[in-house]
Amino acid sequence: MIAEAVRRSALAEYTERFAALSAADGGGLSIRELPFASQLNLRADPKDKGLMERFADVLGFALPIVPNTERSHEHRRALWLGPDEWLIVGSEGQQAAMEQELRNGLSGALGSIVDVSANRTVLEIGGPKARELLAHGVPIDIDVRSFGPGSCAQTLLAKAQVIVERRDESAFHLYVRSSCASYVASWILDAASDQRQV
Amino acid sequence: MSRLAAGGRIDRTRPIRLTFNGTPYRGYEGDTLASALLANDVRVVARSVTYGRPRGVFSAGIEEPNALVQVGNDTMLRATQVELVDGLEAIGLNGRGRLSAEPDTGRYDKVYAYCEVLVIGGGRAGITAALEASQSGDRVILVDEQVELGGRLLGAGWNDWLETSLTALRSQPDVRLLTRATAFGQYDQNLVLVAQRRVDGGRLWQVRAKRVVIATGAHERPLIFANNDRPGIMLAGAARTYVNRYGVAPGKRAVIFTNNGSTDAGAADLKRAGIIVEAIVDVRAGDAVVDTGGDEEGLRSVVIAPLTGNGPRREVECDLLCVSGGFNPTLHLFSQAQGRLRYDEGLACFVPDAPPPNVAVVGAAAGDLAGRGQGTIMPYWVVPSDGREWSTHFVDLERDVTVADVRRALGTGMRSVEHVKRFTTVGTGSDQGKTAGINEAAVIATQLGQPIGAVGVTTFRPPYVPVSFGLMAGRNGGDLFDPIRVTAMHPWHVAHGAVFENVGQWKRPWYFPRHDEDMEAAVLRECKAAREGVAVTDASTLGKIDIQGPDAVEFLNRMYTNAFDTLKVGSCRYGLMCTVDGMVFDDGVVMHLDPDHWLATTTTGGAAAVLDWMEEWLQTEWSDLRVRLTSVTDHWADVAVVGPRSREVVAELFPKLAIDPQSFPFMAIREGETAGIPVRLHRITFSGELAYELWTPSWYGLALWEAVMAAGEPLGITPYGTETMHVLRAEKGYIICGQETDGTVTPQDLGMSWIVSKKKPFIGQRSHRRSDTARLDRKQLVGLLPVDGEQLLPEGAQLALQPNGAVPIKMVGHVTSSYRSAALGRTFALAMLQRGRERLGSTVYAPLNGHVVAATVTEPIFYDKENVRRDS
Amino acid sequence: MLIPCPWCGEREEIEFKYGGSAEVNYPRDPEAVDDATWARFVFFRPNPKGKMTERWVHTAGCRRWFTVVRDTATHDITPA
Repeated sequence: MIAEAVRRSALAEYTERFAALSAADGGGLSIRELPFASQLNLRADPKDKGLMERFADVLGFALPIVPNTERSHEHRRALWLGPDEWLIVGSEGQQAAMEQELRNGLSGALGSIVDVSANRTVLEIGGPKARELLAHGVPIDIDVRSFGPGSCAQTLLAKAQVIVERRDESAFHLYVRSSCASYVASWILDAASDQRQV
Repeated sequence: MSRLAAGGRIDRTRPIRLTFNGTPYRGYEGDTLASALLANDVRVVARSVTYGRPRGVFSAGIEEPNALVQVGNDTMLRATQVELVDGLEAIGLNGRGRLSAEPDTGRYDKVYAYCEVLVIGGGRAGITAALEASQSGDRVILVDEQVELGGRLLGAGWNDWLETSLTALRSQPDVRLLTRATAFGQYDQNLVLVAQRRVDGGRLWQVRAKRVVIATGAHERPLIFANNDRPGIMLAGAARTYVNRYGVAPGKRAVIFTNNGSTDAGAADLKRAGIIVEAIVDVRAGDAVVDTGGDEEGLRSVVIAPLTGNGPRREVECDLLCVSGGFNPTLHLFSQAQGRLRYDEGLACFVPDAPPPNVAVVGAAAGDLAGRGQGTIMPYWVVPSDGREWSTHFVDLERDVTVADVRRALGTGMRSVEHVKRFTTVGTGSDQGKTAGINEAAVIATQLGQPIGAVGVTTFRPPYVPVSFGLMAGRNGGDLFDPIRVTAMHPWHVAHGAVFENVGQWKRPWYFPRHDEDMEAAVLRECKAAREGVAVTDASTLGKIDIQGPDAVEFLNRMYTNAFDTLKVGSCRYGLMCTVDGMVFDDGVVMHLDPDHWLATTTTGGAAAVLDWMEEWLQTEWSDLRVRLTSVTDHWADVAVVGPRSREVVAELFPKLAIDPQSFPFMAIREGETAGIPVRLHRITFSGELAYELWTPSWYGLALWEAVMAAGEPLGITPYGTETMHVLRAEKGYIICGQETDGTVTPQDLGMSWIVSKKKPFIGQRSHRRSDTARLDRKQLVGLLPVDGEQLLPEGAQLALQPNGAVPIKMVGHVTSSYRSAALGRTFALAMLQRGRERLGSTVYAPLNGHVVAATVTEPIFYDKENVRRDS
Repeated sequence: MLIPCPWCGEREEIEFKYGGSAEVNYPRDPEAVDDATWARFVFFRPNPKGKMTERWVHTAGCRRWFTVVRDTATHDITPA
């Protein structure tokens, strides 16, 4: 598709630097961009049981209502952003289909569905040193005992607002606004070089 | 040489070379600069700040007030804390340190750490507390300012216990041991900041602990007597530490002056090291050191006399005087955490009273001074002087404050320990008065005949030790000082030589110089292209808020001064927003995309503030409104194609779209696709020319920009930046929030009553009726044409009604925007002028440095007053 | 300070924006109040030493507004 050919992700310029960083240091840290994920911002009333059931049908799982948690099924996940707000994430190219399905689910109830796929890009940070790296800039407790798999949080990384999601024991996803992505990338590369010092 | 033949925790297999004041010396790994200097018989280390008196090493740790040195660009370091490394070059300070003007090239880092228990202090009490806490699987962090854990034990031979305990701690997976790490501030809810020294900089730990255990020990304090500051006079415990831990004899012939039992063990250690103990002067036995003798090289003798009666005085030759006045529990952090202190008569020191929640104090810091061996103490503070002369009785060695200074403060009528501190500067040095503070209280107490507990101590504030700005800044310096935000088209701008300006956190192209153009030439060229041909600018930085819900119109009507009921789907309308006080806050374009689906743009700098403002009203005042907001600022890229020939470029890119003026009128919205890129087109203009804003998801922003440039190339399409954008809109009299407005300007001041609805309530409406907001002599927006069309008024220039008024000149307004205009062939400006609309045609004057610029007041519009070009 | 967001739990102060006193009530009908009353609403705020009921918004987090009681002298904070 022409549209796919002319797309450019926010961190396209950092691919090589991330690869170099991941190759160095014997597998302690790996960083890469996961570009072009489908992302939709959903606002809806969690107290509307019928609505929540319709969304569960659409997504294949119930929207998380416990704050700062996420749920997923196959390629779709929903991250809790607020008491009436979720980020729905899917694989590339799915945003129009997902928007339509969710709009069908909303069917006139109060809420909003907005395609925000290009609003943020996603960084995967993995390896045994991932948590330690993030601890240089994220002010919340991201130890696995306090922020285990299934946890997500809107917070800060250094001076940028980010969403941090723990994927497993040693991997995180970071959702960063596209305009701030190169700042976050520069920060990560700088912090990673510091990590290697005693 | 005073290095002992054996003993100490130094590594005698690793010699180290250093220079001090240019002279080479040798020490060993494990030495501090202070221990190495003492080993090399260097007794004079620095000179005091006010009187330039020679000073030597006084302590063996962080409380050092005398031995201040400079290493490289780092000044006011304590020699007792400087680790010896090969090639160290240090100089002793002569008075105050001087900051270097060179940039700090240190590497600074920051780590956020969470734990269940933070133990501050790695001596016996701290290690015990950490071991206990680690049994439960809790996360434990133990910090200690020294190079290795053990505290006092490092000089006292408890090595077996230390070895086993540290091995046990290190084996626990959830225990973190930080050395060279000084906890310097304890804040609300157990936030503790720790400065960890590293070879080439430092690491700041920001620790949140559920519980804090303060195990910071106690600092020995001296007794005060005449000439108590000579090199060779040191704290008794420090002398012992130099012998036991560093294998150094700090002198050959010692006198001990004490009021408590801690010096017994020290005397034994000195003797074992071959130091002759000439006398032990004990206040409890009725004797005191009343004066000392010496020269530029330091201490030579002490004068001993009975405290009472007329017994004989005797002078004893010595080169080392070990002084102990007792111990002060180290409670700076405890106090910073709002812990209260109380004076304990029996211990003769301040101890913790009720601790704050989740804070515990253990060991010597809690007043358990058994480990120090204080034993029976006779509280004693100041040895009286002969003949009422107090000017060599030093209370604060680092600040050169004497008992005479304290008496002078009291003589003026001051009674509070805080006032005396500020008058005399006692306790304000870089050592924060660690060996002086309690003595200050005691001196005041004895002078006034009050109990010490009633006098109290001054408030403890962070930092406990000096902390460099570099450490606090961490890696937030240079390019990482603040987030730099860029658009999807940024690589193109960089590649094509754009000069950038900062707009908030964004880097926006300011102008695109060609060849050797300066800004003035570039901007004139860009403006000409926009007005006569076709030009293009990157407008992606504008804030964009998605608005959905059946009550969207009601919401917009309340937020903006104008109404949106009549705005049809597929159309845009400019909107103005005020704060509750009626002042202009932000503006933008509101787009009606679908029934119940709108999008509002904001200024670049106002994006976050406007969204926050809107959410505040929805959440706290209008929770019944059925409308939901989502930020989409970074989702959309915006390419603005501008100029009388812009339609041709749009036609080229969107051949299937009907773009004649009837099909695609001003302020309409259309959808299209070009080269596979989905685009929403808006006929909006900020320049007053025919213009189209092309929006596409930011993934396609660069591709769209390149497609526009390619399509416009035959027409000489010209990229332009923010400076040209500013000129073009100013020629049309369009305001920029934050330029013409500053939070004190109403829509009416701007001549924008046309946008203020009389039919519906909106935020700010009531304030427009306030008598001050309705004053007739408010500043109003006008245009200015300098009488000399080449003269450019500076933005911010104040305006006066007379060319040569008497000073102080009455100011009646100021210039908000000022430019050279290609279209007008001259300079022009916008200004806020008192009663501006009454003064059209008159002349005002801008007094500048050495000359005055005259300008004619005009309507604030200079170009295409009928909007013919915009609507074409 | 640690601020207790009712949704996200305790978070660092830098994640929040302060919203001033929670005891400022927007007049039901602004047109019906006189200038002096309106000015008090717009410009005057309580400034107690001691307990204060105040608003915060979790700007870097869930973006919800909420109210707490904070002792301005000790910084003890409890949910309102």
